[in-house]
Amino acid sequence: MCRSRIDRIAEVFLGAAAILAGGIVLLIVGFLFYGASPVLQSGEFPLLFTDREWQPTSDREPQFGIVPMLVGSVLVTVLAGSIAVPLGVAGAVFHQFYLPSLFKKWNRRALELLAGVPSVVFGFWGLMVLVPAINRMHPPGQSLLAAGLVLGLMILPMVALTSQVALDSVPREHLQAAAGLGIGRASTILRIALPCARPGIGAGAVLAIARAVGETMAVVMVCGNIANLPGSIFDPIRPITSTIVLEMGYATESHKALLYTAGLILVLVIAALAGWLAFHRNPEAVAK
Amino acid sequence: MAGISQKPGGGGEMTETPSKSAMLSASGFSRKRRFADLATGIVTGSAFLLTLGVLAWIVWDLVRMGLPQISGEFLTGDVKEAGRSGGIGPVLASTFLVLLCCMAAAVPLGLGCAIWLSEFVRKDSRWGRLVRAGVDLLAAVPSIVFGLFGMAFFCQVLGMGFSILAGGLTLACMILPILVRTALSALNALPDHLRLSSAALGMTRTAMLKKVLIPAALPGILVGVTLGVARALAETAALVFTSGYSTRWPSGLGDSGRALSVHIYDLAMNIPNGSARASASALVLLLLILAISYLASILTDRWLQKQTGTK
Repeated sequence: MCRSRIDRIAEVFLGAAAILAGGIVLLIVGFLFYGASPVLQSGEFPLLFTDREWQPTSDREPQFGIVPMLVGSVLVTVLAGSIAVPLGVAGAVFHQFYLPSLFKKWNRRALELLAGVPSVVFGFWGLMVLVPAINRMHPPGQSLLAAGLVLGLMILPMVALTSQVALDSVPREHLQAAAGLGIGRASTILRIALPCARPGIGAGAVLAIARAVGETMAVVMVCGNIANLPGSIFDPIRPITSTIVLEMGYATESHKALLYTAGLILVLVIAALAGWLAFHRNPEAVAK
Repeated sequence: MAGISQKPGGGGEMTETPSKSAMLSASGFSRKRRFADLATGIVTGSAFLLTLGVLAWIVWDLVRMGLPQISGEFLTGDVKEAGRSGGIGPVLASTFLVLLCCMAAAVPLGLGCAIWLSEFVRKDSRWGRLVRAGVDLLAAVPSIVFGLFGMAFFCQVLGMGFSILAGGLTLACMILPILVRTALSALNALPDHLRLSSAALGMTRTAMLKKVLIPAALPGILVGVTLGVARALAETAALVFTSGYSTRWPSGLGDSGRALSVHIYDLAMNIPNGSARASASALVLLLLILAISYLASILTDRWLQKQTGTK
C-alpha cells in the first residue's frame, strides 16, 4: 500500500494525540499512587481502617480512621439512589406509555437541561432552601438527609433520561403483540416493557450512582461535615469527597498523603462499580 | 426510524393460543384491568409530575433569589469585600480564560484521538481498544480526583502554580472523554461511500479528512464541543486547587483566578452574608449553562435531521 508522506506525518501526530488521551488516566492513577506513597510505604495504611476517628493533624495522637467517611459516602449514595431510581424509572414509564407525544419532546429537553445544572448550584439551593426546612423539622439541618436529597435530585434527570432510552429500545413487536392479545397497559409495562428494559435501566442507574459517589460540591455544602458515624438520618455526615475538598487547602505533607490515599480509595470504589457493570453487561453482548 | 424497520417483523408468528390472563381480562375482568391501568398511570404520573415539579421549584428558587441582584454593574464590576458587594467582572473574565485554555488543549487532542480511532486503526486492534478503554475510564474519574491530579501534576510538577492555565488544563483532561466520544460517533456515522469515493479520486487521507470527513462530521463535533463547554463551566471541585481563589482581574494565563462556580462555593461556604451575591452568581452560571445546553440540543436536532434527510 503506497501512502503519501503527509499521511504518514498525520498518522504519527494523530496517534500521539490518541495515546496521550488514552494515557491520561494512567497518569492520574500514577499521581494518586505517588501522592499516597508516604502512607502506603510507612505502614499507616491499615490504620485508615482500624482507627476510630479522623484527626490527622492532632499533635499528640493523630488518628487516621476513614471508616466513618466511607460509611458517610455509602449512606448518602444509597439514599440518593433510593430517591432517584424509583422516581426516575416511574417518570420514564409515564413518559413512554402515558404522556401524549406532543409533550414528549419538551419533557426530554427539560430533563436534558436539568441534567446540565451544575452541582454547585444544586448544593447552593440545598444550603439555602432545604437545610433551613430540615432544621425546622429536626435541627441541625445539615444532615445525611439533606445531602441524600440534594444528590438524589441531582442524578434524577440522568436516571430518567437513561431509563427513557432503555424503554424506548424495547422491541415494538413485543408491545404490539401485547396489544393484540388484549393485555392491559399495566401488565404490558410491568411484565413486558420493564423486564425488557431492565439491563439498560440498571446500567443507567449504576452510572448515575457512580457519579453520586464521586460528587463533591452538591454534598459538601449541605452534609454538615462532621466525620462521625451518623446515628440517624438527621445527623451530619462527611463523605470522602468533602473531606478532600475541605482539607486539601491547608493540608501539609503527611496529611496531604492521607488525602491522596482517600482519593485513591474513591477511584478504586468507582472502578469496582464500573467493572461490576461491565461484567454484568458482557453476557448480553456475547448473547447478541 | 431506520433502527426499527430493520428488526424482523413480529405479529405473524403468533400461533399459540392467547394466554389465560388475556382471555380472562377480555371477559369478566375488564374492570379490574382498567383499574390496574389507571393505578399505574396515577403512580407513574405522580412520579413524573414530582420530578418536573421539584426541579422546576429549584430553578424558580434560584431565579427568585438571584434575579433582583443582577444588573449590568454586577456583571462587570470588581469584587468588593470578598464578594459581599460589588460585581463578578473579574470572575467572569477568569472563567472565560479558563474555558479558553481548556478548549484550546482539549479540542485538538480529543479530535485527533477520535480521528485516529475512527480512520487510522481497525476497531478490533489492540492499541485502538486500549485507547478507547483509557478514555472510557477517564470518564469515570470523579472531578475531585481531577483536582488532586491537576494540583500535583500541573501546579507542582510542571511548576505552573495556582494559575488559570493549570485550571484549564485540568478541565481539559476532564472533558476529553466527552469530546472523543461525540466526535467518534459523528465520524462513525458518516457513510462509507464518502471514504470510498474520496479514495477512488486519489485523495490523500489527510486531504480526505480536511475536505470531506471533518466538514461532514462538523455538526456532531460541535455538539461535543458545546457539551464540553457546559461541563467545564459547571465544574468546581477540579478548579478549587488548580486555578485558585484570586478575585483580581487576571493579567495573564499564569495568574490565579477564580471561576464562577468556585466563587459561588466560596461565597456560600466561607463568607458570612455572602449568600445574596452567591445566589445572583448561581443564576448567572445557570443561565450561561442553559444557553449552552440549549445550543447543543438545537445542534443535535439539526444534525439528526441532516442525517435522516440525506439518507
